[in-house]
Amino acid sequence: MIVLEKRPQPSRNWSLATPVLAVLATMIFGGLLFAALGKNPVEAIRTIFWDPLFGEFAFYYRPQLLVKGAPLVLIAIGLSLGFKAGIWNIGAEGQYIMGAITGAAVGLAFYPLDAWYVFPLMVLGGALGGWVWAMIPAILKVRFGTNEILVSLMLVYVAEQMLASMSLGLLRNPEGHGFPGSRNLNDYAAANSWIHQNAGLHWGVAAALIAVIFAYVLLNRHMLGFHIRLTGEAPRAARFAGVNPARLILFCLGISGALAGLAGLFEVAGPAGQITIDFNIGYGFTAIIVAFLGRLHPVGILLAGGLMALTYIGGEIAQSQLGLPAAAIQVFQGMLLFFLLALDLLTNFRIRLHKKEAA
Amino acid sequence: MDLSSINPVLLVASLMVAATPILLAAIGELVVEKAGVLNLGVEGMMITGAICGFAIAVETGSPWLGFAGAAIGGAALSLLFVLLTQVALANQVASGLALTLFGLGLSALLGQGYVGIKPPPTPRLDIPFLSDLPGLGPVLFGHDLILYLGIALVAAVWAMLKYSRAGLILRAVGESHDAAHALGYKVVRIRIMAILFGGACAGLGGAYISLVRVPQWTEGMTAGVGWIALALVVFASWKPWRVLLGAYLFGGITVLQLNLQAAGVAIPVEYLAMSPYLITILVLVILSKDKSNAPASLGKIFHASH
Amino acid sequence: MTSPLLSLQGLTKAYPGVVANSNVSFDIATGQVHALLGENGAGKSTLVKMIYGLVQPDNGVMLLNGQPYAPAEPRAARADGIAMVFQHFSLFDALNVAENIALGMERPPAMRDLAARIREVSETYGLPLDPYRTVGDLSAGERQRVEIIRCLLQDPKLLIMDEPTSVLTPQEVDILFETLRKLKSEGTAILYISHKLEEIRALCDHATVLRLGENVGECIPAETSARDMAELMVGSTLQPPERAERDLGEVALDISGLSVPAPGEFGTSLNNLHMTVRQGEVLGIGGVAGNGQDELLGVLSGEILTLPEAVRLNGQAVGNLGPTARRRLGLLTAPEERLGHAAAPDMTLTENAMLTGSVRRRLESRGFLRWRDARGFAEKIIQDFDVRTPGPENAARSLSGGNLQKFVIGREVLQDPQVLVVNQPTWGVDASAAAAIRQAILDLAAHGAAVVCISQDLDELMEISDRFAALNEGRLSTPRDTAGLTIDEIGLMMGGAHGMEVAHV
Repeated sequence: MIVLEKRPQPSRNWSLATPVLAVLATMIFGGLLFAALGKNPVEAIRTIFWDPLFGEFAFYYRPQLLVKGAPLVLIAIGLSLGFKAGIWNIGAEGQYIMGAITGAAVGLAFYPLDAWYVFPLMVLGGALGGWVWAMIPAILKVRFGTNEILVSLMLVYVAEQMLASMSLGLLRNPEGHGFPGSRNLNDYAAANSWIHQNAGLHWGVAAALIAVIFAYVLLNRHMLGFHIRLTGEAPRAARFAGVNPARLILFCLGISGALAGLAGLFEVAGPAGQITIDFNIGYGFTAIIVAFLGRLHPVGILLAGGLMALTYIGGEIAQSQLGLPAAAIQVFQGMLLFFLLALDLLTNFRIRLHKKEAA
Repeated sequence: MDLSSINPVLLVASLMVAATPILLAAIGELVVEKAGVLNLGVEGMMITGAICGFAIAVETGSPWLGFAGAAIGGAALSLLFVLLTQVALANQVASGLALTLFGLGLSALLGQGYVGIKPPPTPRLDIPFLSDLPGLGPVLFGHDLILYLGIALVAAVWAMLKYSRAGLILRAVGESHDAAHALGYKVVRIRIMAILFGGACAGLGGAYISLVRVPQWTEGMTAGVGWIALALVVFASWKPWRVLLGAYLFGGITVLQLNLQAAGVAIPVEYLAMSPYLITILVLVILSKDKSNAPASLGKIFHASH
Repeated sequence: MTSPLLSLQGLTKAYPGVVANSNVSFDIATGQVHALLGENGAGKSTLVKMIYGLVQPDNGVMLLNGQPYAPAEPRAARADGIAMVFQHFSLFDALNVAENIALGMERPPAMRDLAARIREVSETYGLPLDPYRTVGDLSAGERQRVEIIRCLLQDPKLLIMDEPTSVLTPQEVDILFETLRKLKSEGTAILYISHKLEEIRALCDHATVLRLGENVGECIPAETSARDMAELMVGSTLQPPERAERDLGEVALDISGLSVPAPGEFGTSLNNLHMTVRQGEVLGIGGVAGNGQDELLGVLSGEILTLPEAVRLNGQAVGNLGPTARRRLGLLTAPEERLGHAAAPDMTLTENAMLTGSVRRRLESRGFLRWRDARGFAEKIIQDFDVRTPGPENAARSLSGGNLQKFVIGREVLQDPQVLVVNQPTWGVDASAAAAIRQAILDLAAHGAAVVCISQDLDELMEISDRFAALNEGRLSTPRDTAGLTIDEIGLMMGGAHGMEVAHV
């Protein structure tokens, strides 16, 4: 008989090892899945994990890693603060969309003015858009005790409709011959988030790195970060320590909304270029996986964001070269979260084989 | 704008159809939550049910086998939730999200070959005379069996929770798993059954969308219905009949906004389309004050230590 | 000699790191009230869980009426006529009395018949109870009645009672004993678990003493002195805490007209509380659990805010200040629940030292944390209060109850409080740790701090407090000098018999 025995305290070693094990387990089961789809599993795994980094065309894919990784890390850092405190913002996708809309709207309002302050104002607008969208569940939770999971998620669907409305209406390119979608910001130098396009560097990459450092300092060195962790570990002890739960909810949801909004802004002002109906591709949801895979730790999230970006790019390569369906990558990412959550058991519990002794 | 094109009898009849997926998923989740488990994976189980049901119905030509397959598919996915939360003792919120993300991907993968196909039609009840009654006929007697099954399930769950010993035990487990354990009840086993039931219900609800309501397969076609079902359980404050009421309310809003879109009301389509989600939020706000009916152990991890 | 009802032979149960029971043997006769005596952590709970089928012994056998008895689960134990009243009640707050009782029965009758039987039994044994009331609204004493009636409805041959009097007033204890004697006269055996010697001498026919998981001796309580039993139980004689003579200073804490609505659905409201505590004074607040103790601590810690003037610290109105501001002013508290309230279970001792120590020990500057100082503070607590742990980087939950409680109390005491409020400071704590904690509280008062000690342990309050008051249904009795108080007077302050009646014989 197998018995779970609670460890006297969480194991640090297992806590570091489980993400690695989860990735390995996902590779094995993902390989089986690919085999079931009639693909060579070894080749598929190599295409996803090896080729973008070291393959023949790595020089092209490596910058892509930054482009895909930056929004994931930026959003996941924000989410991780809330998740640590037991505040579940799962509507980052909606905040990402709203940030992109408001940020782009600021830029488009100035078109074609060429001034240095256009882009900073767009950044502000993007952060504000995401922040406002996240403050809706935050205020409702503080004021009425409404479940933030459901509200933030409902607002994703609302934001998607808003995106459709904007790209067909208010923000539509007046010179676009009636096609949906806004003006392309890549053609508007003052409103551009690229630093070095060929290297994949845009301001979102810089913002993601700053966010990682900021979160690290906050969580490890600052009272507010301590209170966030404390609230997640033991809410009653946190109130005893003097934490104001309402203020913490507003802070955590607000910061994650602002960061998601920023990610949206940097995306629309760079890699995407314009507001379109299908502008969002699920970064807000994938970031949830990134946050958990990184163990809600800033450095872990940085690594996890890179890995997740790899599966996106590798998945695209596998799609074009091996004909692997795009959905297979989605399953692959979902599997990763599964294995991580399941293996997490080992951090807090010891598994023992129970021997029944002869009486 | 031509509001006269909206026929009230058809409106009510289609309201019932629109409400059924939410109703099925929500009544399943109600049982799960009554057992003290919060499964946020409803959306994932629904979409899995939608494709399983669709594929099996198309392959066998039988919608009934499709529904059966959908229930099994939903339950199978919920088995993953069981493994995570009841065996590996993982956080229920995170596990539910994982289930939804995984289910969305899995359904897209399974559904690759089924885009643009028509499923076999699900036969409707056709009782001579009764179904032809003007007004009442289409509303009360003109639907398919699954719709009636949904209503029957509400009644059955209500009776079980209120009058049966099994229902009492289920409520006890959700109220305090430690006390239930101390009295010798198999907390984990009872919860696993509840989760599987919830999964099967969500699967049925999903298949109802792909086989009856739309009927077609497209990726992500549940479009948040699973989440609305979760909100509905809160809205109903864990009471079965109020789930029915709430489902019809949401069904009504959905159908009405679709009718208004068709009638060409001067509100942009996007704003009409976001209305069900906004109203869900509104309802949550109004009803969130009263959590007195929430099972006390909801979402808490149970580990039988010595 | 008649064969015993239940015979335990060589029962052994080990958990990782601890041997809870080692080779325990004793017999319980039909109609006998058998005491199982021991300190916290002596292995009493594990032993009864084996009898009730909640855990299985590693070794050893049990015989029930001479037949091998090895219940795989409580259901099997109940089927064999074993019933148990739990210390931490196994009740469901949101369900009503009848539903709760039905859950504890194998084949409950229909609800209406069950309600009638509950009325009948509760009448017979002097345990009045309305079958349709919601259990969450009942007092601790009433909740215990639910458990007892649940057992009685199954005509048990052996009734196990785990520390039943800890939730009762002295008057209620007397009535409970009448009920138990009536049961005994009907032939029911009772296994009575307690560490209260006087009770055992008053009630029990036979006693088995457990220490560190072993049976260290048996005796006839009526023929054995409390002192001898205590020595058997503890293994050595304990020094009672020393009280230094001291002069009382100014009024440090002044509560007047304090009223607070019930915080949760099943919480207690506080009604018009008045009390003052002077420097150097220990005020003991007794009362049965659930009469407003947690709420009073919350009001004093700043977790529950009130009108500013309701709570005054050294004359300053602080009722509307949060926990951090109060700590800055010198009002410190230690809640009852160690894991999850006073300390975060999965966080290290260093982090838990930071939890309340950041203000007064200057562990933060402008919001930034000084972890090295926090670690130093944790080390000082560990050293000064003899906390047994490998070091400050260990998680709070890895400590035993007694050691964690020493850490929690030490953390507040070492912050040099002007007023310290503690709730249940020695609950579930072994004897030597309890003695150390009581001594620390007295030493603190001797240095001029005002101390409020909320506790359900009347012996403890009599030992350390200068004045005594009792909480009953959210009201506080007028504090009186401890010296000269009789147990009857204390009982009446706690609410007397709460309307219970003696069993109708």
